[in-house]
Amino acid sequence: MQFGIFTVGDVTTDPTNGRTPSEHERIKATVAIAQKVEEVGLDVFATGEHHNPPFVPSSPTTLLGHIAARTENLILSTSTTLITTNDPVKIAEDYAYLQHLADGRVDLMMGRGNTGPVYPWFGKDIRQGIPLALENYSLLHKLWREDVVDWEGKFRTPLQSFTSTPRPMDGVPPFVWHGSIRSPEIAEQAAYYGDGFFHNNIFWPMSHTKKMVELYRKRYAHYGHGTPEQAIVGLGGQVYMRKNSQDAVREFRPYFDNAPVYGHGPSLEDFSEQTPLTVGSPQQVIERTLGFRDAVGDYQRQLFLMDHAGLPLKTVLEQLDILGEEVVPVLRKEFAKLRPAGVPESAPLHPAVIAARKEA
Amino acid sequence: MKTLKLVAVSAGLSVPSSTRLLADRLTEAVRAGLAGQGMDVEVRVIELRELAVPIANHLVTGFPPPTLDEAIEAVTQSDGVIAVTPVFTASYSGLFKSFFDLIDPDALTGKPVLVGATGGTARHSLVLEHALRPLFAYLRAIVAPTAVYAASEDWGGTGDALTDTLPVRIDRAGEQFARLMASTPRREQAYDSSSPVAALPIA
Repeated sequence: MQFGIFTVGDVTTDPTNGRTPSEHERIKATVAIAQKVEEVGLDVFATGEHHNPPFVPSSPTTLLGHIAARTENLILSTSTTLITTNDPVKIAEDYAYLQHLADGRVDLMMGRGNTGPVYPWFGKDIRQGIPLALENYSLLHKLWREDVVDWEGKFRTPLQSFTSTPRPMDGVPPFVWHGSIRSPEIAEQAAYYGDGFFHNNIFWPMSHTKKMVELYRKRYAHYGHGTPEQAIVGLGGQVYMRKNSQDAVREFRPYFDNAPVYGHGPSLEDFSEQTPLTVGSPQQVIERTLGFRDAVGDYQRQLFLMDHAGLPLKTVLEQLDILGEEVVPVLRKEFAKLRPAGVPESAPLHPAVIAARKEA
Repeated sequence: MKTLKLVAVSAGLSVPSSTRLLADRLTEAVRAGLAGQGMDVEVRVIELRELAVPIANHLVTGFPPPTLDEAIEAVTQSDGVIAVTPVFTASYSGLFKSFFDLIDPDALTGKPVLVGATGGTARHSLVLEHALRPLFAYLRAIVAPTAVYAASEDWGGTGDALTDTLPVRIDRAGEQFARLMASTPRREQAYDSSSPVAALPIA
């Protein structure tokens, strides 16, 4: 099982001191965080993609290429890559190039994006969100698997004799996850291609996540990729930890109360009860995260949101230390013990695919 | 005897409220109408006052807290809805609108809805026609032709040459709505995961 973090890349004022980092500081902090993720022994760093303030990550492959050069083993991923408003041809090229630079340590998560104006800014119609996601991905899938592509669709200019370069490294396209919170069409799409399904459950009750993952697993088996239990599932998580849980609650509350997503709404206590948010001791985080498995079954990737709501870099790095030293080693052991034979430990990523090919 | 599910949504804020009183009177009139057709009814009353904080939290977080989730589910799964609001600033109350804002836009499609409103003066009675009816028309509900408005004076009034008394209007609406409910089959909302939801493959 793989553990990592995903970042939204928000520039948010720290509510405890009123300080707002500059975009430059935020970008450099993001790199420091990614390096820390590798240093503490986690597996994955994923960045969001946004095209409006207060978010900085508009250029994910620039960021990930830079991080690739500064890390050895970290898997670079996205959360999410906008399959609706980006040209699928450019995604094919950019991420294949990144894959070569990172020696295969790349996968991506497709998403539609939920910021209305981004669609028209990029010449698209938000009402076509699902059809765009389906058609664009179908082209991307083909571009990574066929050397010469003739293609015609509704949303972009046709292609005749087009070759997307560079070709995926060793002929293995980057593994793809499809992220969706509530669209069954996207679970269906992930199942159809035998790709991974990521449910960003952090702002939702687990009962909802369970339904979406069940649908994906069922359809994965329907399309003949394996049993429902073998489908590739990823989940989000959101934690804040201190040795004493009271300290964690006291420190995190001002960030929670003012957070852009849920601030000025429910109490920290209610939100923690109704969603996976866990503010407490490392042991509480371990128990809560193991509990996700009860809802969705054995799964392959767990990403935590750690650097949002104005938390200063120093605090985020401390949190990553706790995550890497006290939480994830226990989770690795416990999840491995529970996972039955035949259920994949992780998504079929580049190194595993190459190793399997050598064996065969 | 067939049992139908009826949900009454009351947006009254005081306890007791005349909005709840009107909702209860309408409910009993519908019950009597259905009994006349040999049908039983299971009634659930949703007081939006009790859900005010969950409604605000849902607006902020994007998901319903458990009590609200359960109320939305009850409305969605019902055979008919009685929706009653006080008139605030020439329209339905903000709480009333917020509750219906949080219901899936498709959840009321084809569902019988009886609308009612209360106010201090009869001068606001057309709020039923210019505010509530379009709201439920947008949601593709079947809004009963007779809607009931109760001004404060109606609770002690005797009507006039042009207006029936409140009990007469309530009975008329209840009888009409009972017939509508009895003749409208419930639309199943269940999602079937055994068939594809997206047309794949794409060329």
